[in-house]
Amino acid sequence: MGQPPALEVVDLHKRFGALEVLKGISLTARDGEAISIIGSSGSGKSTFLRCVNLLEAPNQGTIRVAGEEMRLVRRRDGALAAADPRQIARMRAELGFVFQSFNLWPHMTILDNLVEAPIHVLGLPRRQAVERAEALLAKVGIADKRDRHPTELSGGQQQRAAIARTLAMEPKVILFDEPTSALDPEMVSEVLGVIRALAEEGRTMLLVTHEMRFARNVSSRVVFLHEGRIEEEGTPDQVFDNPRSARCRQFMASHQ
Amino acid sequence: MNLHGFGDQLLAGTLLTLQLAFASLGVGLALGMAGALAKTSRNAAARWAGSTYTTVVRGVPELLVVLLVYFGASQVLTMLAELVGLDASIEVDAFTAGTVALGLTFGAYATEVLRGALQTVPHGHVEAAQALGMGSGRIFIRIVMPQAWRVALPGLGNLFLVLLKDTALISVIGLEELMRKSAIAVSHTKEPFTFYMAAALIYLGLTVAAMTGLALLEKRAARGFARRAA
Repeated sequence: MGQPPALEVVDLHKRFGALEVLKGISLTARDGEAISIIGSSGSGKSTFLRCVNLLEAPNQGTIRVAGEEMRLVRRRDGALAAADPRQIARMRAELGFVFQSFNLWPHMTILDNLVEAPIHVLGLPRRQAVERAEALLAKVGIADKRDRHPTELSGGQQQRAAIARTLAMEPKVILFDEPTSALDPEMVSEVLGVIRALAEEGRTMLLVTHEMRFARNVSSRVVFLHEGRIEEEGTPDQVFDNPRSARCRQFMASHQ
Repeated sequence: MNLHGFGDQLLAGTLLTLQLAFASLGVGLALGMAGALAKTSRNAAARWAGSTYTTVVRGVPELLVVLLVYFGASQVLTMLAELVGLDASIEVDAFTAGTVALGLTFGAYATEVLRGALQTVPHGHVEAAQALGMGSGRIFIRIVMPQAWRVALPGLGNLFLVLLKDTALISVIGLEELMRKSAIAVSHTKEPFTFYMAAALIYLGLTVAAMTGLALLEKRAARGFARRAA
């Protein structure tokens, strides 16, 4: 037996009122895997990603990060919440999350955005956090923006800064929630370039995206979601070229 | 303007007015924040307490709030003292009563200003902090409050200007702040216009100083929010 998988999600369910948006999703990401999650809007792919780090409360399911199981308790409304605030804080720090709308904090400089959590969550000394942040800003190509505020950056630069903020926590898994959907077309490629470099480094990641060609090129595995279920799953070649299910064939025909 | 030697008295009154204003501001900001958190709370009892507070205080004339606090507090404290077996009549001094009364009023209006400001902070900014493992207390202090503060400042500043002049109400319970000092000078010199004019100019000067300070604070809080040049 090898080491436990980086991320293991078992039978995840999510309901919004009477509407069941996730109907039992199980997904395992081994170390170094880049998994793209595709599907039409409303298929539940963003909700799934948000449930993995409990930004959204699932109604049922098990989540393990590097073998550690997230302790959950049932709330009065039937959804699951974190049982232990210390554990969820630690596990969230291990699960990086990159948002569609960047969500940088506008009242802080880019550098302050990057060192806030490493200092106050990981307990890194400030000097070390600053060094790490500067190296990451250089890596995503915006070292010169360290003292700027987010609104002074272009969308693509903001998203690269947001990715650097996530990397500063040295997460075990990175969850990307449509990271290029809010960007002007000419800025998409600079962000995809950063994500591609991370995949090539062997980072474990889940990527919800509409960029089909990119998903095909960078992922080791592709998952197609339809109406809250995994309809098709396999290597990029198999899912894109030889989908077994009619739904997936239909989707591919309208997205290529 | 001949102040007949009452200049020192007016100065002492001005200092007391400022002390009263800043003490009330402190109490009021704390109550306003508590009120805003209560009103936006998921807990129904907290929401109820928050709206009862703002409704009652905003529904009673301020002068009455001052009188009710001044006379009521002494009675309540004396009763409490009797309950624990102390036979003492407790007097609440005018400064304390004034601070509480003005703080209560400021807090009730500040509750609404802060509640609105808290709601302008995009939820995504909170989620980003949660996703990095930050705890809710830290998120409130580092992420939510600095942004809400920027939005709330103009409204809170406005309330402070009102508060600065409402300190004159505390003269009715005998606190010798600027208003009361002026009235005393008037009764000695029989020159009402001179001293009321002097008081008016001092209040005006304090207001201008406060406005200048607020403008600086607003500029500071706006850092990072300047519109990007197109």
